[in-house]
Amino acid sequence: MAHSTTLESSSTPIYADAPRTGTWDGGNEPFKASYGKLMMWFFLLSDAFTFGAFLTAYGMIRHKHGVFVGTADKFFFSTAHWPIPEKVFNGFPGLHGMDLPLAFVALMTMILIFSSVTMVLAVEAGHRMDKADVQKWLLWTILFGAMFLSSQAWEWSHFIGGSEKGLLMADGSVMHGANLATNEYGPPLFADLFFFITGFHGTHVFSGVCLLVWCFIATTNGTFEKRGHYEMVEKIGLYWHFVDLVWVFVFTFFYLV
Amino acid sequence: MDWLQPFLGKWIEGGKLNPEFYLSLVTMHGTIMVFFVLTAGLSGTFSNFLIPLQVGARDMASGFMNMLSYWFFFLSSIIMFASLFLETGPAAAGWTIYPPLSALPQAISGSGMGMTMWLVSMVFFIVSQLLGGVNYVTTVINLRTRGLSMSKLPLTIWAFFLTAILGILSFPVLLSAALLLVFDRSFGTSFFLSDIYIAGQALHNQGGSPVLFQHLFWFLGHPEVYIVIMPAMGMVSEILSTNSRKPIFGYRAMIGSLIGISLLSFVVWAHHMFVTGMNPFLGSVFMFLTLIIAVPSGVKVFNWLATLWRGNIRFTAAMLFSIGFVSLFISGGLTGIILGNATLDIQMHNTYFVVAHFHLVMGSSAFFGLFAGVYHWFPKMFGRMMDEKLGYIHFWLTFIGVYLVFMPMHYVGIAGFPRRYYSWTGFDAFSQFADLNKFISAAAILAFFAQFIFIFNFFYSIFRGRRATQNPWNSTTLEWTTPIVPGHGNWPGEIPAVYRWPYDYSKPGAETDFIPQNVPYSQTASSNMPYEREMED
Repeated sequence: MAHSTTLESSSTPIYADAPRTGTWDGGNEPFKASYGKLMMWFFLLSDAFTFGAFLTAYGMIRHKHGVFVGTADKFFFSTAHWPIPEKVFNGFPGLHGMDLPLAFVALMTMILIFSSVTMVLAVEAGHRMDKADVQKWLLWTILFGAMFLSSQAWEWSHFIGGSEKGLLMADGSVMHGANLATNEYGPPLFADLFFFITGFHGTHVFSGVCLLVWCFIATTNGTFEKRGHYEMVEKIGLYWHFVDLVWVFVFTFFYLV
Repeated sequence: MDWLQPFLGKWIEGGKLNPEFYLSLVTMHGTIMVFFVLTAGLSGTFSNFLIPLQVGARDMASGFMNMLSYWFFFLSSIIMFASLFLETGPAAAGWTIYPPLSALPQAISGSGMGMTMWLVSMVFFIVSQLLGGVNYVTTVINLRTRGLSMSKLPLTIWAFFLTAILGILSFPVLLSAALLLVFDRSFGTSFFLSDIYIAGQALHNQGGSPVLFQHLFWFLGHPEVYIVIMPAMGMVSEILSTNSRKPIFGYRAMIGSLIGISLLSFVVWAHHMFVTGMNPFLGSVFMFLTLIIAVPSGVKVFNWLATLWRGNIRFTAAMLFSIGFVSLFISGGLTGIILGNATLDIQMHNTYFVVAHFHLVMGSSAFFGLFAGVYHWFPKMFGRMMDEKLGYIHFWLTFIGVYLVFMPMHYVGIAGFPRRYYSWTGFDAFSQFADLNKFISAAAILAFFAQFIFIFNFFYSIFRGRRATQNPWNSTTLEWTTPIVPGHGNWPGEIPAVYRWPYDYSKPGAETDFIPQNVPYSQTASSNMPYEREMED
């Protein structure tokens, strides 16, 4: 240190009367994001913890249950072990009686991923201030979102209806399908968790579709054009991608592992 | 106690409290105090009040979110309060609402409608917390005035900021647990239930786990105690420094320890579950992590003491409550080291020792922080000063009362005296503690009545208090540069820029014993340190 450490500095310090102006020095947006967009990010962070808790609960409960020992072709439904997803979700609308493991859910997942692509295109059109393109891509996203929800409704009704064979119970009756108390595919909690977690995700998708419809109406009315930016589309886009990402995890937990 | 019967009806027939209503009262006491008073009262009110003023913003980032958060809180409070008037009584499963007691509506009368309303109320409360939390965080990130870098923020703002982050990350997990519990109660799922017989009847529930609920609950429950205490820590740091006329000792260590506490608070939750039947190895991991929290907590305590050391102390009411906070935090914190130890906790669990510990370390001390904050910022809120004499009386009665209540509890707790019991008369071994319990009750009544002094002082001072000057405590932070009562937009003209850290008290060579944050160095030539030293952060 060449400088003196006493209170009288050896050189005459020059103190500018302007405050400092670095990225984090205040007076600006350090993440280059408006408060609304930051709020959306933090909301998504908290929502990730909500889903995280559900999926952790899934993991703990599943770990508590028995595992089927043997090869897949010998698998049978029983409350004694957790079901193999390929055996549960093997239906396809209009193709009754065929064994198409996970085909329908794969299609659902594709639809949702495509909706993310169209969402990106809507956001990009918003950056160009191209109202017609924003409308077009929002409509596609709404369509894909609605398609995903209807597919989920089919998936649920198929799961609730159950297989033709059903499960022979100890008292001699045959049980078909699943509900919150019992199910033919295995432990009751398999159905509980399935309904709860995919339902919670579906509620998110539904809210997203509602937001997108609102966003479409506002775009059509020229609200964002007058505002000079389409940031609202971007914020709802963040939410949409998040819901899409969550589905990847839900899909992995319920259908793949 | 016959005179209570007209008010409480069947809950106190013949002047004797109904056992189930006793459980309800314990539950409502815990719930209201932890969530509605200490969470909403500390981070809810003071964050909304102080963040814009101390970071130099016109308002919170989103006034709409702020309003929404308030009305959700309002709704939630109404529901929780209304549940007190249910015929079956309010929730009675403790503030931790462990299943199966909370999951089976037929278990006790408090598990019926009262529990449902508890859950609905808490869901609204969590929504309110999240809306508030995202607002606090974004305001601190985006709306700091020119020159106010994160390393020049008052410690209050750091505390509110980190508290909000804790809330954003932990409350959603309680939301998950509450929603799963609603399904177990109302729709027949088995998430937290397994192999249950009730009144001789086997229930259909299979495969669930009540321990899972405890994990989810305490993942919120533990950060929650820091959500309660950190705003108090921030305000106390500020008040101690201002009234010692000294810079806070170890400003960066204070920030670092807040961050350390925030991080650690997420990895210690299972120390509430040592007797749950967890894997003992897991218990030892959580014990290790829990004891590490003593390090940042110790840093804070020693820094507060070092701030007081040889300070030019002004014993304002706020200062007394701040010193009281440090005292209670030490007394309660030391027993935390005992309870964090799995082997000792097995002996102490669910005894009065635990009651004494957390009432001192996060109950009373957070209250002291709350009182300190009110006494200190009252002039900013209402443009008048609170009465100092009444403040002293309030402080001493409360301080002595709190210690008289909780110190004997350690003793009866070590002796094995269990908590949440309606009556001990059935156990001969506990009859020897009857006198001590009577003493504790008397002290609690004393501390209770002392609070009326505060309530009187508060409302009296709003209308009749001495008029405040612009900067009554000669403080350095930005809120004292606004008009005495800040109007809409806080500052009538331009928002002041910030040049220095918030603790330039008694700086050698300075003309006054404090230099506000908005005074540029060019105006304080006599006290400036070498250029590099002043500009290093």
